[in-house]
Amino acid sequence: MSSIMASRIRQKRIAQLIAHGKRLDERGPNDYREIHIETGLIERAEGSARVRLGKTEVLVGIKIEAGEPFPDVPNEGVLTVNAELVPLASPTFEAGPPDENSIELARIVDRGIRESKAIALETLCVEPGKKVFVVFVDVYVLNHDGNLIDASALASLAALLNTKMFNYEVKEGEVKIKPGYTPLPLRNHPVAVTFAKINDKLIVDPWLEEEQIMDARLTMTADKDGKICALQKGGYGYFTTQQIFEAAKIALEKAEELRKLVVKE
Amino acid sequence: MSQKKQEKLIDEKGIRLDGRKANELRPLKIEVGILGNADGSAYIEQGKNKILAAVYGPREVHPKHLALPDRALLRCRYHMAPFSVQERKSPAPSRREVELSKVLREALEPSVFTEYYPRTSIDLFIEVLQADGGTRCAGITVASLALADAGIPMRDLVTACAAGKVEGQIVLDLTDAEDKGGEADMPLAYMLNANAITLLQMDGLLTSEEFEQMVNLAVEGCKQVYQVQKEALKAKYMAAKEVVKEEVTEE
Repeated sequence: MSSIMASRIRQKRIAQLIAHGKRLDERGPNDYREIHIETGLIERAEGSARVRLGKTEVLVGIKIEAGEPFPDVPNEGVLTVNAELVPLASPTFEAGPPDENSIELARIVDRGIRESKAIALETLCVEPGKKVFVVFVDVYVLNHDGNLIDASALASLAALLNTKMFNYEVKEGEVKIKPGYTPLPLRNHPVAVTFAKINDKLIVDPWLEEEQIMDARLTMTADKDGKICALQKGGYGYFTTQQIFEAAKIALEKAEELRKLVVKE
Repeated sequence: MSQKKQEKLIDEKGIRLDGRKANELRPLKIEVGILGNADGSAYIEQGKNKILAAVYGPREVHPKHLALPDRALLRCRYHMAPFSVQERKSPAPSRREVELSKVLREALEPSVFTEYYPRTSIDLFIEVLQADGGTRCAGITVASLALADAGIPMRDLVTACAAGKVEGQIVLDLTDAEDKGGEADMPLAYMLNANAITLLQMDGLLTSEEFEQMVNLAVEGCKQVYQVQKEALKAKYMAAKEVVKEEVTEE
């Protein structure tokens, strides 16, 4: 089953169904695929989570290390998001330095976490201007069946919620790790919702064959207070203003639903 | 998030640091057809932004295996000059530039009839010579003109403009200082005749009402930029017409 493209007749069928508000896998336009979330699978990482969104599978590992702050924010920790589209995840992925798709994916996930100020970065300062903690969010795509963005954002949030910050002390300017952990301070929970436009209709959570025929893609990330914290349009098509306003409404509802799967009160 | 004591970006009368009102664009100057070798080119100054765009093609694709059987391959490189920003930027493409090259290409491609030129490539180069916020929008505006100048058939010009939220107010066309000190920045690209949004990005925090306001304001900004864009394109051909007229009268 390594064929990349759906056959023409199948593509046509998918597009026809969507025009009538139906989908090939019998979901409604605003239904997500089944979502499974597991956390804490990687003991060596400070936090980790695996999200399965239908057949799409993403693993996120969080590492925290001492490093230098950015000069313009000397007393804040640093957030770094990286995404790897590893070749085992799809016949279309190739080994090598990150391409534009993986860079875009990482930057969309990054924007949601950063703009919602999800991580209390000011608590991660050791010595202003000299030493802070760097939170590395590494997105590892294990199986690509469409909508990597939402799966990656959800897995990143789950992994951050699962992250344990080690206790430490500072001796002669060096960070020494002490036994024991505290949870990483989080104050917001951004969730991404991605739409595909097919046949002039919007659907959420496109799977691979829908992504292959979509005209355009729109990701909206919502924070826990129902505010929009990041947007990204992709693909070669366009959206009308009405479609964008409609998407914003759906995105806020869907984000709330998805958040409940990860954030347990 | 700035530690330094911050200058207010908008005063009590609602006037911004550079003297503009909330819904006002920066001064805009556009020229079309300014580079000798390129098939199409254009230059834009939007406030302190200075950006050049050039188009080569439709031409043979290198490497050949990238050629598409049913349409032209549109490639786009957004690049910032090392001296374009306060602290020298390494000339190697950053992750930001790689992402912008992708979204700019996707913002422009809906306007181009790529299906007219199968197996060829249309290569688009955007060089930011000086940056002061909103370079991706100015880059799209100028690149679209370079495509038109190259004589490539298009559905419409693509125009881009950012709206944002600064000190609680919704404003148009943010400068770098407003982007960094403000709460949200939302670049938007628009094809006027199709009511089509071809680029939409945002970082910051917004309620859905603010979001709708910002989209509407950005679209209004695009409509203003569109007029300048159209004039610039016409100006090139009016100048050519003058030259022909002079030559005819000399004979």
